[in-house]
Amino acid sequence: MTPDLAELYQSLILDHNRSPRNFRAMEGADGRAEGYNPLCGDEITVWVKRDADRIVDISFQGQGCAISRASASLMTAAVKGKTIAEAERLFSGFHALITGDGPPAPAPELGKLAALAGVAEFPIRVKCASLSWHALHAALQQKDGVVSSE
Amino acid sequence: MAGVIGSAPPVGASKRTLTSDPATIRAAFPVLGRQVRGRPLVYLDSAASAQMPKVAVDAMVRHQTEGHANVHRGVHTLSYEATEAYDAVREQVRTFFNAPSVNEIVLAHGTTSAINLVARSWGDAHVQRGDEILVPLLEHHSNFVPWQMLAQRTGATLKVAPLLADGALDQDAFERLLTDRTRMVAVAHVSNVLGTQLPIRWIADLAHRRGAVVLVDGAQSAPHFPVDVQALGCDFFVCSGHKLYGPTGVGVLWGRLPLLESMAPYETGGGMIERVTVERTTFVPPPGRFEAGTPPILPVVGLGAAIEWLSSLDRTAVAAHEHTLLTRATERLAELPGLRIVGTAPGKVSVLSFVIDGVHPHDIGTVLDAEGIAIRAGHHCAQPLMHQLGLPGTARASFGAYNTAADVDALVQGVARVRKVFA
Repeated sequence: MTPDLAELYQSLILDHNRSPRNFRAMEGADGRAEGYNPLCGDEITVWVKRDADRIVDISFQGQGCAISRASASLMTAAVKGKTIAEAERLFSGFHALITGDGPPAPAPELGKLAALAGVAEFPIRVKCASLSWHALHAALQQKDGVVSSE
Repeated sequence: MAGVIGSAPPVGASKRTLTSDPATIRAAFPVLGRQVRGRPLVYLDSAASAQMPKVAVDAMVRHQTEGHANVHRGVHTLSYEATEAYDAVREQVRTFFNAPSVNEIVLAHGTTSAINLVARSWGDAHVQRGDEILVPLLEHHSNFVPWQMLAQRTGATLKVAPLLADGALDQDAFERLLTDRTRMVAVAHVSNVLGTQLPIRWIADLAHRRGAVVLVDGAQSAPHFPVDVQALGCDFFVCSGHKLYGPTGVGVLWGRLPLLESMAPYETGGGMIERVTVERTTFVPPPGRFEAGTPPILPVVGLGAAIEWLSSLDRTAVAAHEHTLLTRATERLAELPGLRIVGTAPGKVSVLSFVIDGVHPHDIGTVLDAEGIAIRAGHHCAQPLMHQLGLPGTARASFGAYNTAADVDALVQGVARVRKVFA
């Protein structure tokens, strides 16, 4: 396997693809949004439960490639217990990471999200990795409807 | 000078020695010598866009460098030459598809624009509330959505003909769905997902007995085997330049002359008018009526050169070669555990869809790309079909005249690696 590919499909990504965390529908959520990429057909639903400005629970369901699924799974693990502002800050840092616009070494606060740094070498997959984050953003804004990647 | 910009097509291809030697064919495509991610390019996505032979690229460069001018307008030499070159391609296309008249050849912008033209110009005039439009389930969105929209505009019903398990058309069901209210039957000649070749002559004869008009989407057939529109028996035939070893931005609409003559313009403006007054406008006859504005002259020149190149091939031998590659790939891939070929209809064309248990098609595509292998992954603009198959998408390898057994072997090795990555 080429180094780029080994970086992209590292064991943490494959693990979260095979066994996604928080992969369930949620009853009584405070926010819910769907993400849809019309180009590839990936779709995802994100649910959040909030206590004031803190995300106390988050879950997702949907279908997509290993990158979108692992990214959604890692996202749910990363933002659970964070405030909305902290989650939005993580999204900014994460987006910079996967588009190659971030600092050479991923910021420590990104934690396991740094496993998706390899996406930067496959620009066509940036939308896969960011779809769940756009859905989360919409769920936190309480926007109805479907967020499109386009 | 006319020769420089690609006019005077050598339609007498039979007088020359026809080529089917893969090495000679490959040598015509400089891009095949390219490296992708440090590996030699293995191009297996011709069903999305076939590569262009250097002669076609050169023809476009020459035209743009030495002969760029508008057509059907000026009195100066460059404009005259450009017009000659443009009109010569129309005649080339007529010969290529054995159309009865050059006036039946509309140079459109692509398959999609050609189908939209028919759905609007023919459809709006001939389809009414209560009428029916019949399409097979396997259609590309370009031959599905325009008919769905036409049905919604007019109050007609869009009926969808089902497929058999192997991806062939369910001909019994098709026959039942066809009624005296069917106005249009729009079908792919070859499925871009399944490779299925549809029985056009049978469809056309049946549809005509019911008084329906038949449009054939030939985007995936014309690149693989010679098409004779008269033998097909259809009323409209459309295809794209960029799948036919030519450039993007140009396509062909062939229609029977009485039908074209009965149709109002689709777009209006310069180039397609007869006389314009403050009160009213009259239009030129087909094909000019359907070519409003400055046409895609440069892509048309490229298409002409691509057709000239295709006509230098022994196309029967090339089709047999592509079929050999399809068979080799099908057999080897089917040996891999967890892999399933999608579309196994008899007589299918060299378009090979497959899925792997537990691996999303896009991940297959990315792993192969890292090996320099270009395939298509996704829903292939055929979501109704994907929905029926219960799949988010497929991985699709498609073979062109320049592909070799080594390309097939690289694909098989690459797919074996995909399984290892996701084991």
